[in-house]
Amino acid sequence: MARRSISYLATAALSGLLFGAGLYVSQMVDPLKVLHFLDFGAIPSGGWDPSLAFVMGGALIVMFVAVWVGRRRPAPLFDTAFHEPAFTRIDRPLVIGAALFGVGWGMSGICPGPAISLLAFLPSNLWLYLVALFVGSYAGSLIVPSGRAQQAADAAQMPAE
Amino acid sequence: MEHGLSTEMWSQNWSVADPAVIVGCAETPKVASMDSFTPLPALLGGGLIGLASALLWLGNGRIAGISGIFGRLLPPAQTVIWRLLFLVAMVAGAWLASRAFPSLGVGGPAGRAAGLVTAPAWTGIPTSVWLVVAGLLTGVGTKIGNGCTSGHGVCGLARLSRRSMVAVAIFFGVAIVTVALTRIV
Repeated sequence: MARRSISYLATAALSGLLFGAGLYVSQMVDPLKVLHFLDFGAIPSGGWDPSLAFVMGGALIVMFVAVWVGRRRPAPLFDTAFHEPAFTRIDRPLVIGAALFGVGWGMSGICPGPAISLLAFLPSNLWLYLVALFVGSYAGSLIVPSGRAQQAADAAQMPAE
Repeated sequence: MEHGLSTEMWSQNWSVADPAVIVGCAETPKVASMDSFTPLPALLGGGLIGLASALLWLGNGRIAGISGIFGRLLPPAQTVIWRLLFLVAMVAGAWLASRAFPSLGVGGPAGRAAGLVTAPAWTGIPTSVWLVVAGLLTGVGTKIGNGCTSGHGVCGLARLSRRSMVAVAIFFGVAIVTVALTRIV
């Protein structure tokens, strides 16, 4: 039951709230902002926008500390274990998947977090992208049953709930 | 003309789907410049994203990877409720932040909403098709690659995961090449 405790759900909600706020404050919900980072061809002329690197940097510094703290604890506060992916091999699905995602990201300037957060502003055509994202995600799990290790780990923890 | 630099290029290739929404882009086309570089909001926003990820990790032992949270909403996911809560709260967080800090703006000053990109004109591909293809590729890619910018990029790198390092290098590299190939005439 631990996972469904009020604290557990409140943590998930607060985390989501901060995440969405962070995506807005960093302006990563703006596809053009992202594309202007990815546009390395503009570096020589000074037209490049390095903001995204600062977003990643800011997030990484905080998360790095959190991981360091977590390594010194047996379990998170509201669950019995850290759900760290057990699967560590660099395999073909990882490489192909990351490449496909790279194409989609470069085409649109949005990745799943900003895309879903944009529901707050409902720009036109957003639903097209989100439906495709959903379909693609579930189609992907049929094509390549990836993350088996994690799914197995999740399944193994089922009885404990 | 240099790639992506002229005002012409901006209006042709960097236009947004709903110009009325982003008045700044539609009426006064301008190229990206160092003026658009926003290190402070970027760092602060990044810090908030890091804080959110830290909270989910230390509180619930979960990785704040949006594609993973989103991609496991349907059965056989065993833990749907927290995922839904997280995503709804994320949308609310973006909305609340836009009310609290309207001057930061999204795609323009005064909190105007961002529009999605349009397909590059030279491709002749309708924007709807362009966005559907981008969504499908992102959905499939993040599923079989087990993560996106948040799961691999923030959480994975912070955990020093080798899989995440490889994934991040690949999707950043491919995205940069994709922009270089698609946004030039």
